[in-house]
Amino acid sequence: MTALGPLLRLLLRLLLVLGAVVSLVPFLWMAIAATHSTAELFRSPPPFLPGGALLDNLLRLQETIGFGRVILNSVGIAVVHTVVSSAVSAMCGFGLAKYRFRGRGLLLGVVLATMMIPFQVLLVPLFQMMASVGWIDSYQAVILPFLANSFGILLMRQSFVDFPDELLESARVDGSGDLRTFYQVVLPCVRPQLGALVIFTFMSQWNSFIWPLLMLNSEEKYTVPVALNTLTGLSRVDHSGLMLGSLLATLPLMALFLLFQRQFVAGLLGGAVKG
Amino acid sequence: MAAPVPSPVSASAPAAVERSPDPVRTPPRKPPRRRRARRAAWIFAGPAAVLFTMFFAYPLGASLAQSFTAEDAGVSRWVGFAQYRRMVDDPAFLESLANTGLILVVQVPVMIGLALVLAVLLNQSWLRFRGTWRAIYFLPAVTTLVAYAVVFQVLLKTDGGLVNQIVGVFGAGPVDWLNDPTWARISLIASLTWRWTGYNAVILLAGLQSIGKEQYEAAAIDGAGTFTTYARVVLPQLRPVILFCVITSTIGTLQLFDENWVLTRGGPDDATLTPVVYLYKVGFQQLDFGYAAAIAWVVVLLIAAISAVQYLAFGRERRR
Repeated sequence: MTALGPLLRLLLRLLLVLGAVVSLVPFLWMAIAATHSTAELFRSPPPFLPGGALLDNLLRLQETIGFGRVILNSVGIAVVHTVVSSAVSAMCGFGLAKYRFRGRGLLLGVVLATMMIPFQVLLVPLFQMMASVGWIDSYQAVILPFLANSFGILLMRQSFVDFPDELLESARVDGSGDLRTFYQVVLPCVRPQLGALVIFTFMSQWNSFIWPLLMLNSEEKYTVPVALNTLTGLSRVDHSGLMLGSLLATLPLMALFLLFQRQFVAGLLGGAVKG
Repeated sequence: MAAPVPSPVSASAPAAVERSPDPVRTPPRKPPRRRRARRAAWIFAGPAAVLFTMFFAYPLGASLAQSFTAEDAGVSRWVGFAQYRRMVDDPAFLESLANTGLILVVQVPVMIGLALVLAVLLNQSWLRFRGTWRAIYFLPAVTTLVAYAVVFQVLLKTDGGLVNQIVGVFGAGPVDWLNDPTWARISLIASLTWRWTGYNAVILLAGLQSIGKEQYEAAAIDGAGTFTTYARVVLPQLRPVILFCVITSTIGTLQLFDENWVLTRGGPDDATLTPVVYLYKVGFQQLDFGYAAAIAWVVVLLIAAISAVQYLAFGRERRR
């Protein structure tokens, strides 16, 4: 690398710090604001240290939108969706990578097409579909339509393609069925990619907003984003409650991301660097 | 559901038949084995295939059919291209296109430029704690969407919001960030940039890391300065990754819904309206399903066209 003057380096470091501050300030502000009352939030000068209203805000949040229940809903939906969707994606990726069968080309084409077509195109027909079977305001309506996930299928297919055929063949000779081979021999070898898939799927379901907003009508079924959204629409917005709710909605994701950063970035680049 | 819908699956099925079985990859096997393999293949691929048929292929066909219909007192009737023609002189739709164009022309280049600078900085060998820096810059992209919107609403609140308090320190009056059409657009662009710059920088950084050290050294030996090295050696090799970022950002912009829906509901005066927010309003607030479907398909066509143009413009030049 070409040598840079120490002064220039210092300048570039300052630039990085400045950018990092801009990145982090909203998070810090969210954390500080979650511990103050709304009135304190907009005081001049604004509070820079944590205040004492955390518990008040939490109780109020529980009272207005039943926050405990809402978090449970979100966790439940995200976990069920993640488990089923990851299994479907991994199996389909394996089928596409290791078997030749009639309709394989078509299936691969559909997988690629779903990545290019914005899902908003499907909103109205999917809504009508759910309405016609009477599933509006049900959890299965939130979970079912997006279980088959193209990104996950392609990610898994990519990681299965290089799996040695000889190993599959020898498992077959040993009398292991295809499914058993898949769970006991193949899956343990792609743990990192499977990790990336699980994290991505969980995060996208946790963040999912527009579809649950359309599907869920009764407050006790709301997910976190939908419940917080109802708070923003009120005439007197409870800002500090919202900030606390937002903080609690974001913390699990931040923790997941920081814990599994390597898998996460690797998954992100699965499609990118090849591109 | 009203109109009978042609299934896209049966329409394109013959194309797939001649592709299988692939004589090269599949060793010749005895018939029972083969049947077993075929059954196993469908056990693996079957669930996804069923889900895609039900929740992708069918609604896709349904929405295409729907875009040629209009509802009259609960009965849908075929109207040809009338819904598509409506868009031509619908001021709200045109406004949403103009807003998208503005974001494409202003926000995407600024963000990719910033991401590029950031990626180059993060790739410097003298920089320590690179993983930590990367995590800090990536964090905005993993924020829960609604949380992100809520925080920006509070930060940008006209009276007493943190940003206006900072602006006040420099003697400027309070800015109406979210309620003035021009400032609302600026706020949307700024918050989009805040959220996605680090994400793109991490992708670009991975691209930079795949360029070997010896190439920088070779350029230095040939007498190239830092600037020349980046302009002539590094950037050309990064082109495919930059293209990937540009295309994904463009698609994201054309599909923009979440940010402006939660931040401003597309307002004030449609200043931050985008086609997808508009089709949501048309479909689910005005219950005009046919028109909503037609708008959705125009978005699909726009995405396909713009991505293709970008691919040709960027992808080509490389072979010069």
